[in-house]
Amino acid sequence: MFSRDRWQEIFETIRKNKLRTFLSGFTVALGILIFIILFGFGNGLKNTFKEFFLDDATNTLFLFAGKTSKPYKGFKSNRRIEFKNDDLKDIKENFPFFLEYITPRISRGASVRYKNEFDNYTTRGIAPDHQYAEKTIIMKGRYINQLDIKKKSKHAVIGRLVARDLFKQEDPVGKFIDIGKSVFKVVGVFQDEGGDNEERFIYIPYTTRQSLEKGNDKVDQIIVAFRPELGHTGAVAFENQLRKFLKAKKSIDPTDPRGIFIRNIVDQLKQNQQFANVLQLIVTFVGLGTLIAGIIGISNIMVFVVKERTKELGIRKALGATPKSVIQMILQESIFITTISGYVGMGVGILILNNMGESLEDYFIKNPYIDMETALFSTMILIIFGGIAGYIPAKRAASIKPIVALRDE
Amino acid sequence: MIQINDLHKSYKMGSSSLHVLKGINLSVEDGELVAIMGSSGSGKSTLLNIIGMLDILDTGTYEIDKVLIEDLDETKAAKYRNQFLGFVFQSFNLINYKTALENVSLPLYYQGMKRKERQDKALKYLASVGLADWATHLPSELSGGQKQRVAIARALVSEPKLLLADEPTGALDTQTSYEVMDIIQKINQEGKTILVVTHEEDIAQMCKRIVRLKDGVIIQDTKVNQVLAEQYV
Repeated sequence: MFSRDRWQEIFETIRKNKLRTFLSGFTVALGILIFIILFGFGNGLKNTFKEFFLDDATNTLFLFAGKTSKPYKGFKSNRRIEFKNDDLKDIKENFPFFLEYITPRISRGASVRYKNEFDNYTTRGIAPDHQYAEKTIIMKGRYINQLDIKKKSKHAVIGRLVARDLFKQEDPVGKFIDIGKSVFKVVGVFQDEGGDNEERFIYIPYTTRQSLEKGNDKVDQIIVAFRPELGHTGAVAFENQLRKFLKAKKSIDPTDPRGIFIRNIVDQLKQNQQFANVLQLIVTFVGLGTLIAGIIGISNIMVFVVKERTKELGIRKALGATPKSVIQMILQESIFITTISGYVGMGVGILILNNMGESLEDYFIKNPYIDMETALFSTMILIIFGGIAGYIPAKRAASIKPIVALRDE
Repeated sequence: MIQINDLHKSYKMGSSSLHVLKGINLSVEDGELVAIMGSSGSGKSTLLNIIGMLDILDTGTYEIDKVLIEDLDETKAAKYRNQFLGFVFQSFNLINYKTALENVSLPLYYQGMKRKERQDKALKYLASVGLADWATHLPSELSGGQKQRVAIARALVSEPKLLLADEPTGALDTQTSYEVMDIIQKINQEGKTILVVTHEEDIAQMCKRIVRLKDGVIIQDTKVNQVLAEQYV
């Protein structure tokens, strides 16, 4: 394999048969190039899908309270259940193993004004961890922090579109806005990949909201995030335990389907991931198809090459070439060509993908890419199968009697 | 040099079989120049192919240089061909993308000789057929006679015991044929054993012995007074 002499013989053959070399190299390079690009497009499609459906944190449970439908422990049915601040504390203390973070959310509509501009927006009273639940991205300033919660400060973080509508070109941070009848200081502007509606919210400390509402401690919604490593099963177990715990605490009949509602994003996530998996399957299928087409292309070229060389191989055998040396020569040559052109095709494919970037976003292909592992692996596969494809006709050619190969056409 | 006893060979042609060689007994001594003659279908090429180990015999024995040739698989045949035999074909069979020098040095490559050595040796043999100046030319740039001389140099470069020439002048005009025969005679005079298959009487007369085949048997085996090709060149 590493004999210098054999390499010299091969290079000579390659140099003197440029067209043949080019044709087989081109087939291989094209095969791997198309594979890389199609696979990259598939990944781009997946990126788009992820952006559309997987924007929020996926390890969250949404807790709502409603009316009971069964009497229990002396309470009548149709009783209204409400979450309070101490529920947050209790969940934190009782489920440290499951819990990643917890935040309340109190949504209220309000008329918001800055100078002469005003509009109606939804405000959300939240805790700092809410940022993770919505994957909120801070553009300017900061998010609500623990100090705001403690001091019940009148600080607000406004969405990008709120800032655009109310402030136009002005920098909102540090300015004061009226929310309902209260004055809030804008401490930050955020954006959210979830779309326009998500960027029309105004976040304020939940304690501030409570104090504005006569200092109560009611919470309409609790968002609980579990540790992602729990997986789907762990999340469902957590959900069940949480429901049981809250029902016991709020004296709700354990068999009552109402009273406490928990929306587990993980179920939704599972569906979306199933869809993503189907997408992945299609991508893989397309990739595999291209790869097989590439292999067939190489096989054809190899059959052609060996056929063309039959006479030459006959001469070589008459001069003392053993079948083994004939096979080795053909294989080494074909693997050499496939390797070089395979990696060239791979390089060009990756280069094209990298330069494409956002340009195909209109066609739902965002940031097409292929990971190095897949690229290298598929190139290797193509080379190996190219070798196998070359071996079969090479073996046949090597076993042809020289007398047959030399017979004048 | 060659000892052939009761050699039979037949080819399957569909359901029937064609008996081509029907008991050949032939013995060739060192240094002989033998013409094998016969009309087409007489079995002369088949005989040459068996001697050349390009084909295998059915029954009988074949010895070359006191080595019994039997159980011939491709690898073994390749080794023997490289060790014992040099071939010259009617259609030259040069590799068309290799220069004259590269063609001549190819048998040495399969002997495992080093590149430099084999180039020197190949050039020496190319010079011996008068083509040293054409070493870097491709076969397509050579005339028919030159191609055959390259082929002869290639056949000789591995220093074979026996040179086999299958209609070496078949594709050449009379003048060029004589030139080629002149070279073959000179090689013979240096002691090389040569077998020439031909159907041309004048070419056969330039050998030292004529073996005539007809319908798969030897009908005549005579020594002749060699006509020297030199006088026509």
